[in-house]
Parts: sequence; C-alpha cells; structure tokens
Amino acid sequence: MTHEDAAATLDPALEAELQARFDRMIAAEERIEPRDWMPEGYRRTLVRQIAQHAHSEIIGMQPEGNWITRAPSLRRKAILLAKVQDEAGHGLYLYAAAETLGVDREDLLDLLHTGRQKYSSIFNYPTLTWADMGAIGWLVDGAAIMNQVPLCRCSYGPYGRAMVRICKEESFHQRQGFEILHTLSHGTPEQKAMAQDAVDRFWWPSLMMFGPPDADSPHSAQSMAWGIKRFGNDELRQRFVDMIAPQAQVLGLTLPDPDLRWDEESGHWRFGAIDWSELDRVIRGDGPCNAQRMERRRTAHEEGAWVRESAMAYAAKHAAPSAEAQPAEVAA
Amino acid sequence: MTAPTSPTTTTAGSLDVAGVSRSAAPARPTAAEAPLVSYLLGLGDDALVLAQRLGAWVTRAPQIEEDIALGNIALDLLGQARTLLTYAGEVEGTGRDEDALAFLRDERDFRNVWLVEIPNGDFAVTMARQLLFSAYQCELYAGLLASADATLAGLAAKAVKEVRYHRDHATQWVLRLGDGTPEAHVRMQAALERTWPYVDELFDHDDAAAALPGVAVDPASLRPAWSAYVEDVVGRATLAVPQPTWRSRGGRVGLHSEHLGHLLPEMQHLHRAHPGATW
Repeated sequence: MTHEDAAATLDPALEAELQARFDRMIAAEERIEPRDWMPEGYRRTLVRQIAQHAHSEIIGMQPEGNWITRAPSLRRKAILLAKVQDEAGHGLYLYAAAETLGVDREDLLDLLHTGRQKYSSIFNYPTLTWADMGAIGWLVDGAAIMNQVPLCRCSYGPYGRAMVRICKEESFHQRQGFEILHTLSHGTPEQKAMAQDAVDRFWWPSLMMFGPPDADSPHSAQSMAWGIKRFGNDELRQRFVDMIAPQAQVLGLTLPDPDLRWDEESGHWRFGAIDWSELDRVIRGDGPCNAQRMERRRTAHEEGAWVRESAMAYAAKHAAPSAEAQPAEVAA
Repeated sequence: MTAPTSPTTTTAGSLDVAGVSRSAAPARPTAAEAPLVSYLLGLGDDALVLAQRLGAWVTRAPQIEEDIALGNIALDLLGQARTLLTYAGEVEGTGRDEDALAFLRDERDFRNVWLVEIPNGDFAVTMARQLLFSAYQCELYAGLLASADATLAGLAAKAVKEVRYHRDHATQWVLRLGDGTPEAHVRMQAALERTWPYVDELFDHDDAAAALPGVAVDPASLRPAWSAYVEDVVGRATLAVPQPTWRSRGGRVGLHSEHLGHLLPEMQHLHRAHPGATW
C-alpha cells in the first residue's frame, strides 16, 4: 500500500492525531524516518527535492566527464576520474534516499528523461577549457556546499544522513577546484588567462544556483517550516559571496562584477544585480547544453537497455527456486 | 612461432616482428634503451591506454553503477600506469617523469599491446576486452609478486588485488550477457569474435622480458592459466571460443593499430599545447 492509499483511507480523527505528532516532532527537531506518518505535501516536496538533487549529480557528471580523456597530467586525470565517480555515488545515495519515500529509481529516471523533473541549471553551461574544472570545483561545488551543509540537519532522516557523507566529499571537491585555479593563476600567462575566463563564465550562473530571491521562491516558506530547508536563498547566496570574494583575492583572479565591494558596516560583500531572465531562460531549456545533456543521458539509458534486460533475464534464470517463493517483505 | 629479431640489432630495412616481415617499419626501442625500461613501458602503456579507453565510458554506461565501476577500473589502471611510468623514467635516468612519458611520446614510442587500443564499441566489446585483459593481468601480476625487482614486486602486490576485482567484474558481465537474453548472447559472441584476434599478442615473445630473468615474467608462461580461466567463463556463459583468422602483433615494439593514433592526440593535446607548464 502506498502512502497515498493510506492517507485516503485514514480516519480524520486519527489523521489529526498523526499530524499533531508529526508537528511535535518537527518542532522538537526530531528526525522523521521512513516508517513515520508524514503529510502528503511533505513527502511530495522531499521526493521532488531529493530527485532533483540526484538528477543534478548524474547530469553534473557530464561537464566534468568532458575532460577525463583530456586532463593535462596523469595526476589531474586520476583526481577528475575519482571526482566524477563521487558524483555518480552521490546520485545513487540520493536515489536510495528518495526510494525510502515509496518511489522507484527507475520512475525517477523516467521523469528526468522525459523532462518532467529538473536538474540544476548550472550543468547546462559548457566546459570549454581545462580551467573550467577548477571553476566548477571552486564555484559550483562551493555553492552546492552552502546549500547542502544545512541539509545535513534536514528533518527527514535518510536525506540528512546522505548529505553528511556527500558534504564531506563536496568539501574535498571544492578544495581541489581551488587548487586547480591556484596552479593555473600562478602558471604561465596563458594559464592565468584561462583561469580568469573560466571564473568570468561561471560566476553569475553560480550565484543563480541558490535560486530566485526569497520573495519569488514559492516553496521556500513551507520547506523552512518543515525543517527541510534551514536558510533562505538570499542568505545562502550572501554567505557564498562572503566566502568566495576573499578567496578570489588569494587566487589573484577577479570576479566579473563591477559592483562587488566590501561593506564595513554590514560585514558583508555587496554584489551587483543578478540577471534573473538568464536563469528563467536556461531553466526553460534555452541554455547552451540543455539538449546535449539530456540527449547524452537518454542515449546512455536507451543504449544500455539490452544490458540491463540481459542481467534481469540471467538473474531470473539463475534464481534459486526457494528465494523466488519467499514474499518480498521477508526477503528484504 | 618465429623468434623475433632482437630490437637491439635492428637498424633499418627488414625487421621480423613476431614472425612478420615489415621492410618499411623499423621498430623501436632504440639500441640505447635498457630492457627494464622497455618492459616497464610495455606494462605501463597497456594500463594507461586501457584507462583512457575506460575513462571515456563515464556518463555513457548502461547504468549508474557501471559508470562507477568502469571509472574505478580506469582509476586502478591509471594508478598502475603512473607507478610503472614513473619507475621507467627513474631507471632511464634522463629526467623524464610520468607525464613526459605519457604526454610527450609519439605513437611509435608506445609499447602497449593492440588489445587495449580496441575502441569501446558496445558494452559487450568493452567487457570482452576487459575479461581478456584482466585475466592476463591477474596472471602477470601474480608472477611478478616474486620479481627480484622490489618496485615491481611491490606494485604487483597492490595491483594483483585490483585486477582480481576487474576480472571478476568482467566475468560477471560476460556470464550475464552470454546467458541472458538472445540479443545479448549474439552481441557477446560478436564481441568475443571482435577481441579474440588480439589474444596471441599478449603471450608473444618479448625481448625485454627475456633479457630480465628473475625480474620479468615470460609472457608465454602465463597462457595456460589464462586459457583455463577464460575458456571456463566463455563456456559457462554458453558462448564459443572464437577461432580467429588473423592476429595482432608488434605493439611491444611500437607497431600499433591505427586506433592509437586517434587516442593519443586527444589525451596529449592540452599538455602539449602548453610546453613546460605545470598543472
């Protein structure tokens, strides 16, 4: 029986009691676990968010995967391979976390492949030079960490626990991105120019990763109330700028914002206006790589269908008869 | 099989590479290269070229678990290549490091066998290639555990564990594709036909190995155990051992398939575009 079936048949008095218990747990900062009753909206919000997060990890392998065969040293090739592997692993943890909410990975992938679920728009930008590996690590993973560290305290247990491990790896990814850019910015003039160009291209899209301003973010308030989200988009974006601006100075690179300045009074870096029409455009599908990213993902899935089917056929052929006879719940 | 001409006696003109005369194809290595350097480059280039091939699968695999697995195998092989190339550079003693050897040598200076150059093809071709190669590496590294060269023996101790996983992974897939659906069976058999002509070369006489008794492993000695393992897998997968009508030869002396000339520029171009730069 799915959660929806359960909700549909619940006695209203019982439902009110369960809702009150859920509200008390949220208020007490207790973790909601898969077997706990939860409001349908909470479940739906989590499925959407975790799936989108998983899809982002999977699609996010592509811009970096683009440079595995071309990394400029064997050490960099090894690091990049390991990093892209981490991202695939993150995707798998997250799909597994979503599955605790009663959905299947196959169905979520289908929603991705048919465009009914989104992934982070940042991955619709191309990786044109090696320095983009640095900019993605430093800025894109840096922004992801800002968003994700608070998710370690997410009210939904499986998601929060998945995020603990993911954040440790992301933090390493960010440092390796910084190190790539540091090496380039202290290298030849051509390498430094390559690093600056990458930062110029990835800066504004990275700021957009935090989502629209709070006032235009329809789901934020409810997610905060449910303990899924802990901070608003604008606050996280500001923290990101405050972290990155001094690091850019260490790198000897500039951020492409003439309005960026340190504000003594507030203790924050002030930055210029974001062109939100660009985010809207890229989310709608009109980014440089939307079509390419989706095509790669669909092609991999479709061209791999015969492999997955054969693995299933083999498993069925070789399954021990006693295992087949067992009810799924017992086997699990 | 005809004994190959020793590369150290080769100048120009005719050359017998594992039984084939190629009058216009002087092989490398040059007279100056120590057998140990040649041997290390052979093993290192095998690992490097296959790592490059497998790395290209990432984001294209049939399922996400396989993106991880193929990336992991690539990473293991890349690690082996780095150890071998670094050591080759040290033994050579002219200051070439792993990157100089990986990125600044040309096609004719690479010593890998042809098997690792085969393009990825479909998943069945990649798994056939991996089974044949990992089974070879398992026997190779098991043999090198007893090498008198401490660096090689140390590498073998680490690598033998890695390549047993690679072989098991490929074995599991060959079984699933061979003994799964009819379509996969046909593809898997075709993949064996595609890759089997490259098997003999793995066990060809290698002058460098022959010149290093106690240090290197005689490739021919690895074949019985290799055949026993691989043919058992092929049989259990309900597939047939192919009877190829041709065979590759010459990778160890720098004579390659045309595929390597496409793989290397992609791998090397960025490094070469910035001479002397640090990355």
